[in-house]
Amino acid sequence: MLNALKRLLLTRALPSPVCGRGVGGEGKTRSVLMLCLLFGVVLMLPFVVDALLGRGWVRIVDFAMLYIMLALGLNIVVGYAGLLDLGYIAFFAVGAYCYALTGSPHLALAFPQLFPDGVHLSFWIVLPMAAVLAGGMGVLLGAPTLRLRGDYLAIVTLGFGEIIRIFMNNLNAPVNLTNGPQGISRIDPISIAGVSLNTTQTVFGIELPSVHLYFYLFLGFAALVAFVSHRLEKSRIGRAWMAIREDEVAASAMGINTRNLKLLAFAMGAMFGGVSGTLFAGFQGFVSPESFSLMESIMVLCMVVLGGMGHIYGVILGGLMLALLPEILRHSVVPLQQAMFGKVIIDPESLRMLLFGIALIAVMLYRPAGLWPSPVRRRELASDEVVP
Amino acid sequence: MEIFLQQIINGLVQGSVYALVALGYTMVYGILGLINFAHGEVVMVGAMLALSALTALIGWGLSPLLALPISLTLAMAGCMALGYGIERIAYRPLRHAPRLAPLITAIGVSILLQNLAMMIWGRGYRAFPQLIENRPHLIGGAIINDIQIIIVVLAIVLMAALMVVVHRTRLGRAMRAVAENQHAAQLMGVDVNRVISITFMIGSALAAVAGLMVSANYGLAHYYMGFLLGLKAFTAAVLGGIGNLRGAMLGGLLLGLIESLGAGYIGDITGGFMGSQYQDVFAFLVLIAVLVFRPSGLLGEQLAERA
Amino acid sequence: MSTRPLFLLTIAGLILMLSACGKSASDQAAAAGDLVVRIGSAAPLTGPQAHMGKDNENGTRMAIDDANAKGIVIGGKKVHFELISEDDQADPKTATIVAQKLVDEKVNGVIGHLNSGTTIPAAKIYSDSGIPQISPSATAVAYTNQGFKTAFRVMANDAQQGDVLGTYAVKNLGAKRIAVIDDRTAYGQGLADEFIKAATAAGAEIVAHEYTSDKSVDFTAVLTAVKGKQPDLLFFGGMDAQGGPMARQLKALALNAKFMMGDGGRTPEFIKLAGDAATGVYGSLPGVPLDKMPGGKAFETRFVAKYQPIQLYAPYCYDAVNVMIAAMQKADSADPAKYLPMLVNTSYDGITAKIQFDAKGDLKGGTVTLYQVQKGQWQALETVGAH
Repeated sequence: MLNALKRLLLTRALPSPVCGRGVGGEGKTRSVLMLCLLFGVVLMLPFVVDALLGRGWVRIVDFAMLYIMLALGLNIVVGYAGLLDLGYIAFFAVGAYCYALTGSPHLALAFPQLFPDGVHLSFWIVLPMAAVLAGGMGVLLGAPTLRLRGDYLAIVTLGFGEIIRIFMNNLNAPVNLTNGPQGISRIDPISIAGVSLNTTQTVFGIELPSVHLYFYLFLGFAALVAFVSHRLEKSRIGRAWMAIREDEVAASAMGINTRNLKLLAFAMGAMFGGVSGTLFAGFQGFVSPESFSLMESIMVLCMVVLGGMGHIYGVILGGLMLALLPEILRHSVVPLQQAMFGKVIIDPESLRMLLFGIALIAVMLYRPAGLWPSPVRRRELASDEVVP
Repeated sequence: MEIFLQQIINGLVQGSVYALVALGYTMVYGILGLINFAHGEVVMVGAMLALSALTALIGWGLSPLLALPISLTLAMAGCMALGYGIERIAYRPLRHAPRLAPLITAIGVSILLQNLAMMIWGRGYRAFPQLIENRPHLIGGAIINDIQIIIVVLAIVLMAALMVVVHRTRLGRAMRAVAENQHAAQLMGVDVNRVISITFMIGSALAAVAGLMVSANYGLAHYYMGFLLGLKAFTAAVLGGIGNLRGAMLGGLLLGLIESLGAGYIGDITGGFMGSQYQDVFAFLVLIAVLVFRPSGLLGEQLAERA
Repeated sequence: MSTRPLFLLTIAGLILMLSACGKSASDQAAAAGDLVVRIGSAAPLTGPQAHMGKDNENGTRMAIDDANAKGIVIGGKKVHFELISEDDQADPKTATIVAQKLVDEKVNGVIGHLNSGTTIPAAKIYSDSGIPQISPSATAVAYTNQGFKTAFRVMANDAQQGDVLGTYAVKNLGAKRIAVIDDRTAYGQGLADEFIKAATAAGAEIVAHEYTSDKSVDFTAVLTAVKGKQPDLLFFGGMDAQGGPMARQLKALALNAKFMMGDGGRTPEFIKLAGDAATGVYGSLPGVPLDKMPGGKAFETRFVAKYQPIQLYAPYCYDAVNVMIAAMQKADSADPAKYLPMLVNTSYDGITAKIQFDAKGDLKGGTVTLYQVQKGQWQALETVGAH
């Protein structure tokens, strides 16, 4: 273990983000152009998907957008600051329950005098509240874990995630706050300027069904989260995070306030989680604790690592892949078997998850740094290989 | 008093189950610094293999006393092969990769094994045959039965045996050398790959034993049983200080006791406001409290930092 | 850098290719000129509840095979029924994806989902598309309380079943001090709460309410706590996988109370898992015992021969499909909008009960049968009507 530490100190005496600055310049205009092009393609996406594959796929893509937001949020904690978090879904849960409680008739059950019809706050009021609350929870989680490293941090965050879920699962007594395992249904749909996204709208003669409307909303938020992530990455804070990730002791010696910055990472990550949680509650119309299980946290972590930790494009790709892959397999396992053997030999459902497991292993074996690692990180890894 | 004593016994038995599984986690972690997330699944495979062998052997008319050791041996052999395979395919190529890469392959292996087991052994629960009469014994009004006594004793014996292997044999010295510094060990003539493979095989053999004991005690096996068990055992290993064999034992027993006393007495402590549904919350809070004051677990080394 | 576009392209290509061939697969049967009626089935087929989900799927499949064999004619055309089975993984989010997929594939009706937590959010999607949904097993009261006209169930809800069980425990079994354990799932908690209401109303005292999870196998701690309160009856709201080991541990701890469960525990699996400890345990099932209903025993024999012993809800799935087909025949149309009104006024003699729906879509006057394990078998004790 000492050896590892030494190796770290020797090979990475300089915090690597120093070289991260040099990428800008002429590449910038090109990337702006690329972004515009991408934007156009993405705008058309729900229509293309709907026409080619069916509306179910638009819904799948909607969820993929939510997962991208989650993955980007977790990327701040794991990818930038290097803090292994296995309880990230808790913040998603906090956001979701925030809107579920304040945007549904549920609270009428607990406080019939106070709220005879339940609370029906506008989504846009709840959103910042939920973000702040989730961020607060992030600090709450971060504070006792500041001294912990690596795997110890992982287990504490895992415990935190479970604690939140258990409370949501049980706070139906003595006061029925969360309705326990039954979950909260009939949550108000999100509406923009009085237009409910739950209905089909017609804009300039183009019919926009509900899932399309939610797609654009989620896309907007995902883009916002990606933008904020990008700005953070290039800022002083981002560089400080990366310094902490590479070597906390050295970072601290350079005058970085590691405590505050770690807490900030937890808070920022948690805020993004909370925001996507509220979106989820509005979209789904129903929340229950089983949506926030440990497996979900692990999936989001897989997205971050599989895509390429600390690299925004990589993380987006990872989120997309892992959100879509099980569904692609769902659609393709049966026809594939039929095409190959003429009949269904293996039960499609077990085969689907089997292939998913194999895919996780295969991607990591062939691209250990992720599908699309950041250029900086890749250089480090290349130099790493010389030492052992 | 009777009830309190019974809760202590419950906790010790449950804790020994955790410790049996945690020993496997900690073995691997001690040598490689890697959380073998698929370990819980190896336990499940061990239980399933043992159960299948047992049913088959008894079907051929073998006496239970003979069938039991044979099926345990078969399960251990099967799990050792599995452990070797997992290390070879999913971990060895990633030994110098970023720290989280093997974590993801471990999760992949976990999903893979679960679904393979579902395809092989079916979706339903499998009942463990009641072979030998499981006699109850009374200790001061509290009850403990044969299988439970075997579990507690086995956990202690296996821990002691592992300690002897690690600290008193040539292989153990090689293991410790690899744990300390892989490259230096290699230069000193230690076959690092072989040592790591053997470590995985020992850990997996332990998992087979744990699997058999768990399914004998609770009377069932299911392809999903490894997940929660692995998670709890992992928690126990961290609580005790992961990488430390005595820590795994201590952490396991402690977690078992915390859970049973928590489930039994939370209601009384909080005046009925909280009940046994918060048992896990209670366990995790203790874990967090311990780690805040001892960031490397109860018996862990203080410098557990790895890149 | 050079590999990046390649990756994206490969992925995009895969999505398009695979999903495209996924679409074409389901159009094969239409060739014969028959009217193809698609029935969707949604249940968890992977994960911890996969065995229950497969049971549901098989029940639905059997009803569809039977209907095809019968050669039903709707609107002057011979009907070919087609099963589209989906795995919702017992996850609410996946359930909505699956629901949307079924809607896309233009199913004429849906049998599902298995869990309450998946049925509730999926109901909204079916309702938006006007597709009738009959759940064979979701018992949460909230499911039919959402005000959707397309949501039905062929199973007594928690309130109906908990009421019967609680009253029976006190009135017939003479329980005065009752302990309750629930598994903190929507099903277990819902049933346990309704049980407590009924038992207290009938005059019993709840001396302990303890909790466990649907993944636990060790209940010694909570059972010891229960033992300290000396109950004469223990009610468990949860499934057989927990009930079995719980019965064993109950016996091992020498806790001499009657043990009672709802429909989740009344399975052959429970007897298998509990071993010797199963004897004398009480359980319940909504509806009338299979062998008392015309065709019930025959269904069981055929089902066991074709698949495996009935886990739990397969007969309810079978009934649900038949109720749906009966409504289609009555309307002489498989168009959801046309046969939905007929479904509301169903009166169908199923193998689990006489099925009629009330205004919400719940089973009207849901009866519940109580069982006890005797000589390694579930024996029916009596059938009670809900109040």
